[in-house]
Amino acid sequence: MTAAGQAMTAGARTGEKLLEVRGLRVDYGTGPGAVRAVADADLTLHRGEVLGLAGESGSGKSTLAYAVTRLLRPPGVITGGSVRLHLAPGSTRDMLAAGSTELRGLRWNHLAVVLQSAMHALNPVMPVGAQLTDVLHAHRHDLDRAARRSRAGALLELVGIPADRLRSYPHELSGGMRQRVMIAMALACRPKLLIADEPTTALDVVTQREILEELMALRDRLGFSVLFITHDLSLLIEIADSIAVMYAGRLVETSAAAELYRAPRHPYTLGLLRSFPSLHGPRLAMTGIPGSPPDLRQLPSGCVFHPRCGYAFGRCAAERPPFADLAGAGRTAGHAVACWLQDAAGPPPPELAGEPQVGEPQTSEPLPVPGTTA
Amino acid sequence: MRLLARRIALYLITAVVAITVNFFIPRLMPGNPVEAAIGHMQSRVTPATIRALDAQYGLNTKLGLWGQYLHYWGQLSHGNLGISFSAYPSTVTSVIRSALPWTIGLVGLATIISFVAGTLLGVAAAWRRGSWLDNLLPAMTFFQAAPYFFVAILMVALFATKLGWFPQNSGYDTTLLDPGFTSPYITSVLDHAVLPALTIVVGSIAGWIIGMRNMMLTTMDEDYVLIAQAKGLSQQRVIRYAARNAILPSVSGFSLAIGFVVSGSLLTEIVFSYPGIGYILLQAVSSEDYPLLQGIFLIITFAVLAANLIADLTYALLDPRTRQEA
Amino acid sequence: MSSAVSTGASVPFSPEGEPVKNRMLQLPRSPKIRVGLGLALVFTILAIIGPWIAPFDPGKSLSTTSGVPQPPSGAHWLGTTQVQQDVLSQLLAGGRSTILVALISGAVATVLAVGFGVTAGYYGGLLDDLLSMLANVFLVMPALPLLIVIFGFLSKTSSPNDLLIGLVISVTGWAFGARVLRAQTLSMRTRDYVTSARVIGERGWRIMAFEILPNLTPIVATSFLFTVIYGVGTYTALSFLGVISVAHWSWGTMLYWAQSAQAAQQVHLEWWWFLPPGLAVGVFGTALALLNFGIDEFINPRLRAAGLTRRKARRAGLPRRVPLGLTPVLPGAVQDGPS
Repeated sequence: MTAAGQAMTAGARTGEKLLEVRGLRVDYGTGPGAVRAVADADLTLHRGEVLGLAGESGSGKSTLAYAVTRLLRPPGVITGGSVRLHLAPGSTRDMLAAGSTELRGLRWNHLAVVLQSAMHALNPVMPVGAQLTDVLHAHRHDLDRAARRSRAGALLELVGIPADRLRSYPHELSGGMRQRVMIAMALACRPKLLIADEPTTALDVVTQREILEELMALRDRLGFSVLFITHDLSLLIEIADSIAVMYAGRLVETSAAAELYRAPRHPYTLGLLRSFPSLHGPRLAMTGIPGSPPDLRQLPSGCVFHPRCGYAFGRCAAERPPFADLAGAGRTAGHAVACWLQDAAGPPPPELAGEPQVGEPQTSEPLPVPGTTA
Repeated sequence: MRLLARRIALYLITAVVAITVNFFIPRLMPGNPVEAAIGHMQSRVTPATIRALDAQYGLNTKLGLWGQYLHYWGQLSHGNLGISFSAYPSTVTSVIRSALPWTIGLVGLATIISFVAGTLLGVAAAWRRGSWLDNLLPAMTFFQAAPYFFVAILMVALFATKLGWFPQNSGYDTTLLDPGFTSPYITSVLDHAVLPALTIVVGSIAGWIIGMRNMMLTTMDEDYVLIAQAKGLSQQRVIRYAARNAILPSVSGFSLAIGFVVSGSLLTEIVFSYPGIGYILLQAVSSEDYPLLQGIFLIITFAVLAANLIADLTYALLDPRTRQEA
Repeated sequence: MSSAVSTGASVPFSPEGEPVKNRMLQLPRSPKIRVGLGLALVFTILAIIGPWIAPFDPGKSLSTTSGVPQPPSGAHWLGTTQVQQDVLSQLLAGGRSTILVALISGAVATVLAVGFGVTAGYYGGLLDDLLSMLANVFLVMPALPLLIVIFGFLSKTSSPNDLLIGLVISVTGWAFGARVLRAQTLSMRTRDYVTSARVIGERGWRIMAFEILPNLTPIVATSFLFTVIYGVGTYTALSFLGVISVAHWSWGTMLYWAQSAQAAQQVHLEWWWFLPPGLAVGVFGTALALLNFGIDEFINPRLRAAGLTRRKARRAGLPRRVPLGLTPVLPGAVQDGPS
């Protein structure tokens, strides 16, 4: 593995695109009763990068991930867009155009998934070893039975589990170990992309941290890219290179992780940042976001966030803000936001103006409550 | 293992309850039907037989209820179920012994066929949901709801009387002079078993199909099945991931089903005059042969408990979680 | 629950999220429930008026000249039996007893199941252990042979009586419902509204009757239907065997007489004799089973076709069956969406 691993690491973070999602639209159901769960999502993940996707539950972040892998169950239907996988220069595949045979070749060879609950993602009546060798059986025709077995043991050891655990059943492993097995399973064919949907949410804090560090160490070693989905924005700030924030099925802000943390531009991002205590960063007053996410069947007019937004003004309820790159000089490329405050029409409030302000916790005011500002 | 121990305890208790109930039923009945029946026999049996029957049913005895109960257990422990009224002087045990192999062979085979085929069809119906199999469900429900013996009557009418493909009744060709292990005899046994077995399969298969289909639909929503598909496993393998889990409730539901299947099979035997337990049951009912009736109840109960134990052992083999020592 | 499902559930689209009231109103829309309810209603009405509209006395020999069953004719719509009784009259008269016994045994068994199941689940502990053990004993003990023994003795000395028959059958039919209800009660015991009722000092029976039982309604309904089906089958089987007086008209007794005359074995199939009562039992049972499936789908939405109805899918140009792990992409979806 070392040669291949090094080759992949060498190609890491070159700015080459690996996954390109354009205008992705996902509905639940069809016809007049359909609900749009993801609307016109654009995402770009570069080789070797970690892209974080954040949002409250129900924001469509998991739906987006499942749609990208075509694993979304009925009544989910993809109604538009493209999902391109740039496997190598000149070799691009569209996940949405792929048939079942092509998907079988793409999934796990090139992109693999880790789901939230490893208890549910592992077959309870099969030893974990068999579930690992099954992957190798499906994709590595060059390996014989014994080779698959030893390879599966090596995979377990890769994630810090002794190889003799191959004979264990899922219920005989701890929650953390089960999730490690899932990671080992996802990495069985050395994919270029790992899609992780809340992989640590079901675990206790200590285990969470261990798994996260393990995952990041493996990424450094093997050089795969990660699409990391979580509701925990503070966690993304630590591990992600860039972050996309979703609200009610729509992307509201995408940016490099550091810049998003330093200078969020969308009121919702700001609210999320103030909902979690940061594990390492400076202390901030925790304020959260008032209200709850909207019913997707009855979305608010204009900007879908405006009923919960303390900065909302007349235009917000009337027109939907475009999701656009920030204009003006001195901006980092790739920082896009959907908010009328960032329109050239007027200066945004200071905490959303792109000025670093998290360094001074004492000046951090609670978020304004809807209706209190003009 | 603890689960298994609990089940075995349940079966032991059930056996004791069945034996006790069996003891009390004739003693609690109004109007003392047993005395009348024994009275009818007086003229054609020996005084010793009458004494034995009196002891069995607690008539003309100085023994209290508790003493009678202990006596009853004592008789049972020697395999003594009494003397058959209708097949006098045969004992109940010997009458049952000659009929039992027919029933076990027929019901056992038919149940295995029904379970295996029903489970496979249920898997197919869930995987290919909305296919022709789903449209068959109402018809299968009908055969599930209709009594076995009615299905048996339909089978006789269609395949035996109308089409003449199979014999109408009996368990073997009674015109054969030498019913030993000869090939014409065995051929005739199989020939006679087809329709009764088919009846039991038709009557019971819908339950397995519907149960397995519903459980598969629930299981297919599990993440591990989705992951199996995402891993690129063959379709067969993915189905296996789901089916291996979905079959567990079917196996544990076996205990509920087997009682119905056995009961239905007994009535099926009656329609076909099949020489099994069902047939002697009818004899016992029509000739008020109480010792035979009660003996049959006990034997069927024990057989059902044994079938349950087999199902439990199978379950323990299939589900690693129950094997955990706790 | 899997995250794929919870993804769907978090979108307020899934049926699980809908308030119970709205779902109750949707219930009769299921074709299974409609057909089942319609058929069950027809049978119930026939059971009530059957004996009155029966053209003849079901037990009376209408002619002494012929010893051969007569096929259906203008005078006898469903023909006659060997001793020239009118089959249609027997069917109509026998329906009342059959359905009455089934309903009595279903109702009594359901009351027993609710009483034992909810009590065991709510109180737990030793009481639960004992009641569960009792239910399990009744579950594994084969019911029909036991009933044959009981009626074998009973009908020798007492005349058949629908109420008594129903009661005896119900004693063997309550255990399954009790087990299901116990499990459900157990899971509800720790719900907030039950805990709060207990904290404010509500009595146990009040909590069971007013907090827990209303939420068990669908399960009580399936349990009732299940035992009614069981009651029909068991009563018919007992009558067919002849352990219940063969002069007491029911669908089972009709089959008893047809079988003893070997109606299915005669060269000229006497189908009009054995077909009507058997079909009646089967169709009545099927109607109740359909109702049960409908309620099952209502309790477990996963059994319903998920979201996309066949018609809708076809109109949208999507595949009728969505294979696992192959989320459909709407044909004509813009391959390069707006960016």
